[in-house]
Amino acid sequence: MAAIDVKDLRKSYGASEVLRGISFSIAEGEVFGLLGPNGAGKTTTVEILEGYRARDAGSVSVLGLDPSRATSAWRERVGVVLQSSSLYPNLSVRESLALFAGYYSAPRPVDDVVEIIGLAEKRDARVRTLSGGQQRRLDLGLALVGDPELIFLDEPTTGFDPSARRAAWETIRALRSLGKTILLTTHYLDEAAQLADRVAVLAKGEIVTVGSPAELTSVRPEAQIRYRRGGEEVVLVTEEPGRVLHDLYEAEGEPEGLEVRRATLEEIYLELTEDEE
Amino acid sequence: MRLFFHELRAGQRLFWRNREAAFFTFMLPVIFFLIFGSIYGRDRIGIYKASDFLEAGMIGYGVAATAFAGLAITMVIRRESGVLKRIRSTPLPPATYIAAVLGSTLIVFALQTAVIVVLGRVLFSVPFPARWISLILTCLLGAAAFAALGLAITAAVHSAEGSSAVVNAIYLPVAIISGTFFSPHSYPPYLRAVADVLPLTYFTRLTRAVLLDGKEIWDEPRAVAVIAGWGLVGLVVAVRRFRWEPTAG
Repeated sequence: MAAIDVKDLRKSYGASEVLRGISFSIAEGEVFGLLGPNGAGKTTTVEILEGYRARDAGSVSVLGLDPSRATSAWRERVGVVLQSSSLYPNLSVRESLALFAGYYSAPRPVDDVVEIIGLAEKRDARVRTLSGGQQRRLDLGLALVGDPELIFLDEPTTGFDPSARRAAWETIRALRSLGKTILLTTHYLDEAAQLADRVAVLAKGEIVTVGSPAELTSVRPEAQIRYRRGGEEVVLVTEEPGRVLHDLYEAEGEPEGLEVRRATLEEIYLELTEDEE
Repeated sequence: MRLFFHELRAGQRLFWRNREAAFFTFMLPVIFFLIFGSIYGRDRIGIYKASDFLEAGMIGYGVAATAFAGLAITMVIRRESGVLKRIRSTPLPPATYIAAVLGSTLIVFALQTAVIVVLGRVLFSVPFPARWISLILTCLLGAAAFAALGLAITAAVHSAEGSSAVVNAIYLPVAIISGTFFSPHSYPPYLRAVADVLPLTYFTRLTRAVLLDGKEIWDEPRAVAVIAGWGLVGLVVAVRRFRWEPTAG
């Protein structure tokens, strides 16, 4: 059974149509990335799935239940990390986790969670003394402490420096290895490529493509061949790079400064979400 | 019930760790009682000794500081920082959470009242309340009404930064006009007209009737009705307008 099933989901705020009928399905244990530029509708989608927003049309099933009719029993099985940190500054890391653990009937041991989020040496530090990256990892810990089956992560690393992002990725990989289903939104392509089994690209309220990061790059068979001829750069785009290179070698000998490359995920993403930003 | 006490404990821990909030809501009424009690405690206000009169007023100031101002500021900050929104994503029922927040506020107000009564006895020889059941009922009524108004006012505040400004701008003038510090009898007529509709005027009047005149709470039905009426208005607004999510934009 799918952990999440969304069909033709629509949502408008006043006259502006934020979601124009999106559909996707997430399997149990899958890490699914919802990728798109700011304003594409990622947070609206996630907040409908979390039960915060009502939808205008379409059907939504999260762990077998319509989230607009969420129950306490359902909330036991779902962990939520909101887009911005939401913590009590005057509690310690351990106290924060223990407080939230108390809301659930079968929480994970707090010390396990401290280890998973990599804050063992900060366990007794007050939240307000933590760095932004550490606070964000505690956010992850609070979503994890109830031992949910499904975790929503809304832009978990936005605004991080590279090392804090790496640390957060490690934590998210740890969640994945616990067998959790994860829905992750991000506007960082490399984040989706690093973490997600499958990625849906959302632009202007529509899903423009869904697939594994490898599949997304393979939808574009063309390769680009670059070399220099008499000091001038030559660029050839072809679906048969082997044959073209063979012919080129036969005709002109060894090309100077030869490079052959496929379109990167980034180029495909930029093309898909063009004139969004 | 387990969840209620779990959250109540957390509420107490969060309150006492937040030094600024603990000072302004818990300590300030106590400190004002000490200062004003030392300045004019020996004078007479009407037929009463000023320190006795002031003690009742400071319990009134205390209910406004803890149940109204402190609660409102705390809840706006929690809302704007996303804590309330996040709590909604957990299995903790919202009603249990609000009940624990109110319970925690009541604990703070009860402690504060106890400290004021004990200090009054020790420093200014104010007699212990003879009608203590009525005093407890009065405090419960006041705490409930002002907490309802405190939750209602959160809907009118749109940022954590603005919360203490807005709330202080309301409750400090109200505390003064309602006669918690001074006797309202010497006020000009227009201030007395304002005071005559404020809930804190009636709470202070009721507390003085219980503490100074030896009245029971049921001897003052009009004051009880006005306080309860304000509380009801607060409750209706709070139920309709209280928000769990940060202000957008």
